[in-house]
Amino acid sequence: MKVINKKNEFVFFAFRNKKVIIGIVVILIFLLFALVGPNFTENDPFDFAYPSGPSKPSPDYWLGTTMFGQDVYSQFTNGLRATFLVGALGGGLATLIGIIIGFTGGYRGGIIDEILNILTNIVLVLPGFAVLLIIAAYLDVRSLISESIFIGLTAWPWAARAIRAQTFSLKSREFIDLAKLSGMKAWKIIIGEIAPNMLSYLVMTFILQFGGAILIAATLDFIGLGPTEGISLGLMMQGAVSWGALQLGVWWWFVPPGLAITAIVSALYLMNIGLDEIFNPKLREM
Amino acid sequence: MSPAGRFQKKMFKLENISKVYKIGTFGGKELVAVDDVSFDINTGEVIALIGESGSGKTTIGKMILRLIDISSGKILFNGKDISKNKSRELKEYYRNVQGVFQDPFSSINPIFKADRIFETIKVEFYKDVPPFEWNNKINEALLRVGLNPEHILDKYPHQLSGGQLQRFLIARALLLDIDFLVADEIISMLDASTRIDVLNLLADLREAGLSILFITHDLSLGYYISDKTVILYKGRIAEIGKTEKVFNNPLHPYTRMLLESVPQINKRWDQKLVSFKKTTIEPSNGCVYYDRCTHPKKNEQCLDRKPGLLEIEKDHFVNCWHIK
Amino acid sequence: MSLSVENLTVYYQTLQGPVRALENACFSLADGEIMGLAGESGCGKTTLGLSLIYLSERMRYIQGKVVLSGTDIPIWDHTKMDTYRYKYISIIPQYAMSAMNPTRKIGKMVHDLISARCIDFEKIKPEFLRRLGLVKLSEDILSMYPIELSGGMKQRMVMVISSLLNPELLIADEITSALDVSTQKAVAEMLVEFRNRKFLNSMIVITHDISVLYQIADSILVMYAGQLSEKGPKEEIIENPLHPYTKLLISSLPKIGMKINEKRLSGIPGKPPLLLNPPEGCRFRDRCPVGFEKCKEVPPFIRIKDNHYVACWKVSKKDV
Repeated sequence: MKVINKKNEFVFFAFRNKKVIIGIVVILIFLLFALVGPNFTENDPFDFAYPSGPSKPSPDYWLGTTMFGQDVYSQFTNGLRATFLVGALGGGLATLIGIIIGFTGGYRGGIIDEILNILTNIVLVLPGFAVLLIIAAYLDVRSLISESIFIGLTAWPWAARAIRAQTFSLKSREFIDLAKLSGMKAWKIIIGEIAPNMLSYLVMTFILQFGGAILIAATLDFIGLGPTEGISLGLMMQGAVSWGALQLGVWWWFVPPGLAITAIVSALYLMNIGLDEIFNPKLREM
Repeated sequence: MSPAGRFQKKMFKLENISKVYKIGTFGGKELVAVDDVSFDINTGEVIALIGESGSGKTTIGKMILRLIDISSGKILFNGKDISKNKSRELKEYYRNVQGVFQDPFSSINPIFKADRIFETIKVEFYKDVPPFEWNNKINEALLRVGLNPEHILDKYPHQLSGGQLQRFLIARALLLDIDFLVADEIISMLDASTRIDVLNLLADLREAGLSILFITHDLSLGYYISDKTVILYKGRIAEIGKTEKVFNNPLHPYTRMLLESVPQINKRWDQKLVSFKKTTIEPSNGCVYYDRCTHPKKNEQCLDRKPGLLEIEKDHFVNCWHIK
Repeated sequence: MSLSVENLTVYYQTLQGPVRALENACFSLADGEIMGLAGESGCGKTTLGLSLIYLSERMRYIQGKVVLSGTDIPIWDHTKMDTYRYKYISIIPQYAMSAMNPTRKIGKMVHDLISARCIDFEKIKPEFLRRLGLVKLSEDILSMYPIELSGGMKQRMVMVISSLLNPELLIADEITSALDVSTQKAVAEMLVEFRNRKFLNSMIVITHDISVLYQIADSILVMYAGQLSEKGPKEEIIENPLHPYTKLLISSLPKIGMKINEKRLSGIPGKPPLLLNPPEGCRFRDRCPVGFEKCKEVPPFIRIKDNHYVACWKVSKKDV
């Protein structure tokens, strides 16, 4: 008797779902770019490689140069690295905090849930930019890492809420009762019984947080609250706009980073929609 | 389990247990799910806890299993009060008392293989048992519930039938060598042809000394398998006693109504019309059955004061003012 | 003759191939007959009931003819069926009780339902209210939300709505399963009352609970694994079943008065076959105590006695 078990079923659908495939392919292309791209040029992103200033894309400088003669290609590929780093770190931290708070509140219920709920709501309504401005005023040097941490510490409420809701509904299932009757401690039940059942949800939450972190970082960079050292796609765009690239027609400075951010984040969200269809059998076409 | 100790020792003594939920905004209102219930369970006894939805039968089962807290009252297990036990004592308690629930597919985590539930038992209770001995134990337990280990092990829950899964879950309880099993509607989701087999299994286990709390809404099943019957209505005991006495001589108006309404294949329904339940749950100081009661002697006393359990004949108690 | 079904075959389309849920169903209903459709889970009773009124996307019509009061019913044609649905054939679906929009008042929901069928709600309202009274529901419920009603009340209301246009055939799918014993009796008796008052002509009551059918149905049709096993008057089925499956099924039902230490009932060992690749011939033969060689051919559903049909090689007119 041929029985398609869950893993095979998932793989089968994953490879038939156009959205997932498109999403994964786009992300992989950019990731590849980010990983090996910088090796194709000796120029540091901030070197004044081309003393005469801006120049169109050419065989020497594949994406042209900035107003100051910096190699846009070098900035772009290094910026991609930074962007992925922020996504992974910031998104990852947000997901982690969301998981811890969501599971704890959702499983325990009662007063602990109330307190965590209040905490979640407070962080949710905190005006992130205002806080950042204050932090920016105090810190002279901001690094990519601290930006990621900041994003992680402010973006988790959405994840926490979603996970809490799912945990609530799973908690009342009878296999959780059975786990309690087996003498399992609460944390074991959460990690061993509840989390595996929500794996698809957790993956999708992480993907959303990843994309969200990239967007937030780009926005922060763009308005000047980004890292004070290093390069990122958002910083490229900030530079381009502040130095009049738009007016002067130096499109190769701001179009690639903007396109890249749009493409990556869109691909992530597209992948998420596709994953939802895969994980939720009711949404599949027959 | 002790086959020799049938009916001799009091295993459980439920003393005035109640469960009250706070509902409404800011927890203003109260919902009384179980109200002042007391009864005993002896070793080697099968007790049928019969009631419709909202009767509190599942709540009582969960309180005995300590899956939910008891609002007031005491549950004594072999003389010790377990109502406030926490983790380590609870774990000890679970070596003796286990439960099986209504939906077998919901009782096992669907993303893992079914035998994982045995693994959990091993990790929590039998850590030091060598694998060979453990496998023997599993095979023994499976054979005891009428399952063939070769066909059952290493499969996902959706590859097995409801009947097989329920037996699987009983086998899990047996691995712990328990004295008492709470069976909450365990066959209501099974097909008619497999129900009887699982019931007969319970009877076999009872012969071997297991005590069972058989929670059900199905009167014929309750009669078939139990020694003692408790009829619950809206959280209070309406009638309790030896099964034959309660069924052959139903005293409480509610019990009579139940027996008249249950569809039987050897007897037609009485054409008497049944009164419908009201939807609102109003706490009252009087008898919970007052609204639907058709007893000729129904009076104000019924509305003002809750009756208590009166022994009408030996091993037969009724919660009503007007039964003599 | 109210309903006549010939060779109705319906499969479900799945990734792994067709699931042969209903195979060659042939039966008929007389005017005013209440037929109980009984069987265990997966036997095809819901498929049979549903296919008479609404073939969902996964269902594939393979063959079969349905004639209702002399008219051919085109069950394979979704659009053409619109003219028949609700007016001639109506259904009380299995989860009707919990399928109500919780944020809509009952009155609004009923109004929308009926108007969607191009019927003037105001014209039909007096009759609607009269029937509500018959099932002991007051007019007030129209201004209530579903959550304020009990299961029994919701079920009665759905019954009234489904039979409002006096359909020829009403299909009731597991309508008493989720109800308490006392409400079950009231709702089941109301079904009979509707038939007696000619609010509908004939009815198919689908349930796994044979004891309810004994109380209210005129005849019982027993199905197993997509095939029809036996159909006959209810007393015959309960007291004198002929098909081996029916015999085993009836004998596994505990009655009050039976105690386990006096007489042990027995179930049917084994489980029903998967309908993805069901066995050839009679699908019960693997579990049948009297199965033999010929069972590899599908036994025809033939008339043994008056109104009593059985599909089994071992049962013939000579046995009666």
